[in-house]
Amino acid sequence: MNLFTRLSIWLFCAAVAVWLVAPTLVIVPISFAQKKSLAFPPDGFSLQWYANLFQNPEWSRSIISSLKVAVIVAAVATIIGTVAALGLERMKARPAGLVRAILITPMIVPGVVMAIGIYAVYLDHQLVGTLTGYVLAHSMLAIPFVVIAVGASLSVFDARLETAAASLGASRLATFFTITLPLIAPGILSGLLFAFVTSFDEVIVALFINSPAMKTLPVQIYASMTRDSDPTVAAVGTLMFAATTIIIAAGLWFGTRRRRS
Amino acid sequence: MAETRHRGAAVDIRAVTKTYGSFTALDDVSLRVEPGQFMTFLGPSGSGKTTTLNVIAGFTDLTRGEILIGDRSVGGLPAHKRNVGVVFQHYALFPHMTVTGNLAYPLKLRRVAAAERDRRVAAALDMVRLTDFAHRYPSELSGGQQQRVALARAMVFDPPLLLMDEPLGALDKKLREWLQLEIKRIHRELGTTFVYVTHDQEEALALSDRIAVFNKGRIEQVGSGSDLYDRPQTLFVGRFIGESTVLTGAHETRGQETAIRVGDEWVAAPGLAGEGRQALLVRPEKITLVREDAAADPALNQLSGRVGEAIYLGSGVKYEVTLADGSRGVVRMALTDRPFALGEPVRMRWRKEDARLLPDDGSSLAAQSGEEP
Repeated sequence: MNLFTRLSIWLFCAAVAVWLVAPTLVIVPISFAQKKSLAFPPDGFSLQWYANLFQNPEWSRSIISSLKVAVIVAAVATIIGTVAALGLERMKARPAGLVRAILITPMIVPGVVMAIGIYAVYLDHQLVGTLTGYVLAHSMLAIPFVVIAVGASLSVFDARLETAAASLGASRLATFFTITLPLIAPGILSGLLFAFVTSFDEVIVALFINSPAMKTLPVQIYASMTRDSDPTVAAVGTLMFAATTIIIAAGLWFGTRRRRS
Repeated sequence: MAETRHRGAAVDIRAVTKTYGSFTALDDVSLRVEPGQFMTFLGPSGSGKTTTLNVIAGFTDLTRGEILIGDRSVGGLPAHKRNVGVVFQHYALFPHMTVTGNLAYPLKLRRVAAAERDRRVAAALDMVRLTDFAHRYPSELSGGQQQRVALARAMVFDPPLLLMDEPLGALDKKLREWLQLEIKRIHRELGTTFVYVTHDQEEALALSDRIAVFNKGRIEQVGSGSDLYDRPQTLFVGRFIGESTVLTGAHETRGQETAIRVGDEWVAAPGLAGEGRQALLVRPEKITLVREDAAADPALNQLSGRVGEAIYLGSGVKYEVTLADGSRGVVRMALTDRPFALGEPVRMRWRKEDARLLPDDGSSLAAQSGEEP
């Protein structure tokens, strides 16, 4: 391959990479802006929007709400999704395909459609703006990610190891905790991270079911954008971007490291 | 481990049947394995030998019948309570544990104290000569090493019975032969009862005290290697163990002998024919090839044919002879100054008492390789 071809391929790839991350990166400089404007590129430098973020109770309340919901959702979805994936693995192929399709549905149905349905039901049952309401809705959205991640781990798991463990004296329960669980742990971990991020990021359903009493962070961002449009949103975005990057990178790192051994 | 030498447990299989829907995998199988014996289940794929092993191990429920290990009926006992060591063809080592971790696993489940555990792991590793590999992961070992770890893991908790399901099936020939010797040595040193499943008759002959030959969910014959080779009770066993010339055709009784017609010639063997078609089975080393001009000998059976194939074996030559009726004779002879040429007309000769008269059960080489539906 000559130099020109190599150079043009390299340039093309670089352009795609910039295209993919640029919108996210734009918010980083804006968050340090001096003026109350979302203009890009910003003038000057200040940390006032970060200060505002931590001093304004509206922001801190919504961050805490979001973290609370996401942590509970991650736990609920991971347990239900893992158990579902284990069950699917042991089912006959055809019924398993049907059950898997049902479990994956929340990933495919447009968010707005689901949000309307959820909102209608929640109005009747006083679930709007409650922790239970957020957890129920977000867990439903997060379970498919866990089912897929754990299912991928199980499809490379050698079930004959469970037979071997039985021959060595391990009960079904002991086998699960000493053999199956450690070997599918990378899948469970990445499912857990996806579940957490799914809930933490979710805006459509949350917009429908939020109330002044309880708002998640994405709803607060949206509200702030339409009302104030000050760079505090960019500060939030920058922090979320950093946190998400760290979590996903950690997940990928664990996943590949365990698979190699 | 040498100091823990003990007698193994007897295994009593009583009228065991296993069906899957309308398919009968095991049909009323009964067999006793004596304590400390090396018993091999030999048969083509799908003959029921692995099913029998799985039923003993508790991996498969049986439809009817009873199994005793020692004096205990294990019918209602789940696999993990049977205290039986199992070695699998696919090793089944735990990839997230080191060699030591794998070996310590059954001991931890049995709550063996740490010091005793270390001692027994070390002893088992010493027995399979893998002491230097204690801290490796299975993925860092060769196939042969992995199977030795699997063997050590299956015996580290001192089970009175060790089951092995084609443990050498995935290894190449040289390694297989060496591991056969290792397994034989370990069996001798442990005194445990071994039940070994294989479809390789040479492996069965090399290892076993006794061999049970399986066919279509039943046991055809149980006996020592020489019982099966020299005195097969069915044509299937005769064909499955070693090589043979099998002659079939119309038969008639002549005094205390039964004669069978092959082409235009008759050959005889001592014994009276039972019902149905009969077959004569002759082992290759019992037959001599002579040229057409050799003087006739009325005491010997004699058949004409042509040399179809000559295979040099190093220690001798194996000839395949095409007979008048199209069947194939197999002859093994020492090297001679004047070897027989391909296509040369020859006569096969053997003593009447060296042939075995057996009912023709329709078995064929194709059936034995598991290719027949």
